[in-house]
Amino acid sequence: MLWQFGYATAHKKLGKGNTMSSSENISIRDLKLWYKDAQALHGINLQISNNKVTSFIGPSGCGKSTLLRCLNRMNDRIPSCRIEGDILFDGKNIYDADIDVVQLRTRVGMVFQKPNPFPKSIYENIAYAPRIHGIVSDGAEMDELVEYSLTRAGLWNEVKDKIQEPGTALSGGQQQRLCIARTIAIKPEIILMDEPCSALDPIATAKIEELIDELKKEFTIIIVTHSMQQAARVSDNTAFFYMGNLIEFGETREIFTKPQEQQTEDYITGRFG
Amino acid sequence: MSHSMEYNKRLNRRHRADRRFKYYGMAAIAFALSFLAFFFVDIVGKSLPAFQQAYIQVPISYNAEVKDNYNKAITRNYRYLVSRSYLRSLPKKLAQHPELLGTTEDTWVLASYRVDQYLKGHDGHGLKSKYRPHVDEMFADDKIEFRFNTLFFTNGDSKLAETAGILAAAVGSILTLLITMAVAVPVGVMTAIYLEEFAADNRFSQLIEVNINNLAAIPSILYGLLGLAIFINMVGVPRSSALAGGLTLALMTLPVIIIATRAALRSIPDSIRDAAYGLGASNLQTVWHHVLPLAFPGILTGSIIGLAQAMGETAPLLIVGMMAYIPEAPSGIFDATTVLPAQIYTWSSESIRAFEERTAAGIIVLLTVLLSLNALAVWLRNRTQKTW
Repeated sequence: MLWQFGYATAHKKLGKGNTMSSSENISIRDLKLWYKDAQALHGINLQISNNKVTSFIGPSGCGKSTLLRCLNRMNDRIPSCRIEGDILFDGKNIYDADIDVVQLRTRVGMVFQKPNPFPKSIYENIAYAPRIHGIVSDGAEMDELVEYSLTRAGLWNEVKDKIQEPGTALSGGQQQRLCIARTIAIKPEIILMDEPCSALDPIATAKIEELIDELKKEFTIIIVTHSMQQAARVSDNTAFFYMGNLIEFGETREIFTKPQEQQTEDYITGRFG
Repeated sequence: MSHSMEYNKRLNRRHRADRRFKYYGMAAIAFALSFLAFFFVDIVGKSLPAFQQAYIQVPISYNAEVKDNYNKAITRNYRYLVSRSYLRSLPKKLAQHPELLGTTEDTWVLASYRVDQYLKGHDGHGLKSKYRPHVDEMFADDKIEFRFNTLFFTNGDSKLAETAGILAAAVGSILTLLITMAVAVPVGVMTAIYLEEFAADNRFSQLIEVNINNLAAIPSILYGLLGLAIFINMVGVPRSSALAGGLTLALMTLPVIIIATRAALRSIPDSIRDAAYGLGASNLQTVWHHVLPLAFPGILTGSIIGLAQAMGETAPLLIVGMMAYIPEAPSGIFDATTVLPAQIYTWSSESIRAFEERTAAGIIVLLTVLLSLNALAVWLRNRTQKTW
């Protein structure tokens, strides 16, 4: 496949090593975060395994989205945000001075709560990132990459006849899958999803969940969700946060059937939150 | 059911208050509209005569004396009725066409402003009473007619009311505005982009922000003093030139453009920036590829409104010497130049009544240009606006 060629060069150009070896993971060590003087994360320690879906759950304001946004340094954009501790990715702290944020974000992609396609054509939405990173050049290779990405996101059959129409004209669920397609077009190793279904109806949500199940063969996925059913359905591991602390982390089945902590049990049984 | 009666009374009172408020609003709008209507009717009514100018058919005799005294080309009873600007051109004409010597021709020539004003019904200035029957008779015999006043659009200013035109001021305004645009738009837009998308939010940038907002509120005449001190005294830009005026107006317009551009950038939802940053776009790529195209309509509108404001500005130009008598359209940005509002002011302070209608006509020209600019802004905004 021509695209495979493009994809291999892409990795060379982006300086990615051999991906997906089982030893690699993200390891968060004693991460503390402040917004101005208010501490939002109190020393988080967490290991995230490859090719698994990890879900972050907890009541609003518990710090789960904040933690997620640390993983591709989207928090850099908030001037009052201050961080202590390490996030090791491939054994390297992503907050080190010699880490290039632009490159980090090609390895750690992100899907946001509200679908946010660019107000450009569906094709351009996908082609934008590969083009700016010089992964493939415009033309047949790009066409193939666009088709491949849309196919992987389960959107190709729905949009193949209107690929030049604005991405913003799609339905909410389609827009969100377009955003996922846009993210996987540059082949990140990790995909962060920040409540990706909270703006979608149940049918669109089901499609996204199927997609997550499909994508985890190739990507490590971390998903923040408000829906405990969703966490139970899609994730292999679950982390429960409360008031900026990691309360419990383990296999999803364990967390939802026999939680070790009282707070976790109270939350998943709906006693608060 | 006293409780319910009380409630109904209150409800009625609330509805009455609603209605009253609506009527207040309508009254305010009617009040403003009546002023606007009065202004337009007055200006248009006053300016309309200026677009017609009297021409008179008189016998012109090309005799030998004309070369030294152009008044000799015409008999005494007509001399007073003809524009002096025409008579002054006769010696030159005779030199170019020597074959005319010794002939006499009935020629249509520009009438003097006195005839023009008398026939338009303004006899406050000018035409002596002894000429009036004569002029009335000529007008009845179709020896005097009104034609469309093309001279108003092809001439510069003149001390002779009948030949004074708007061209020099219009060209001056265009040159000045081009300079202003070339300086203020790029500098203003860049500043706004930097402040909004790149600069860290610290004490220093807050100080800059406060000062830019203050600058927008400074009386415009102070910008004239600043322009005088910097551009004319320090840099040595020629006084009265379009360059000096344009740069001064650029100083004045900068804060307006910066504020409009920042507002346009701020109105772009952060989700677009998130999307671009999330895909690994750099700061510049995010701004250039995504934010700026979406903010473009707003930036454009803000810039055009700022420039339109600069175009109507007079006070700062007063100080850099653009309130001047300019009979010739400037041929470059270093030439002495005046602008439309300055020309209007100059005419309005003339003692000769004939300039009054030219003042009104000048206002019409200025308003037409400004309204066209605003219409352009609206049109461009509607054309370039994207929804998402």
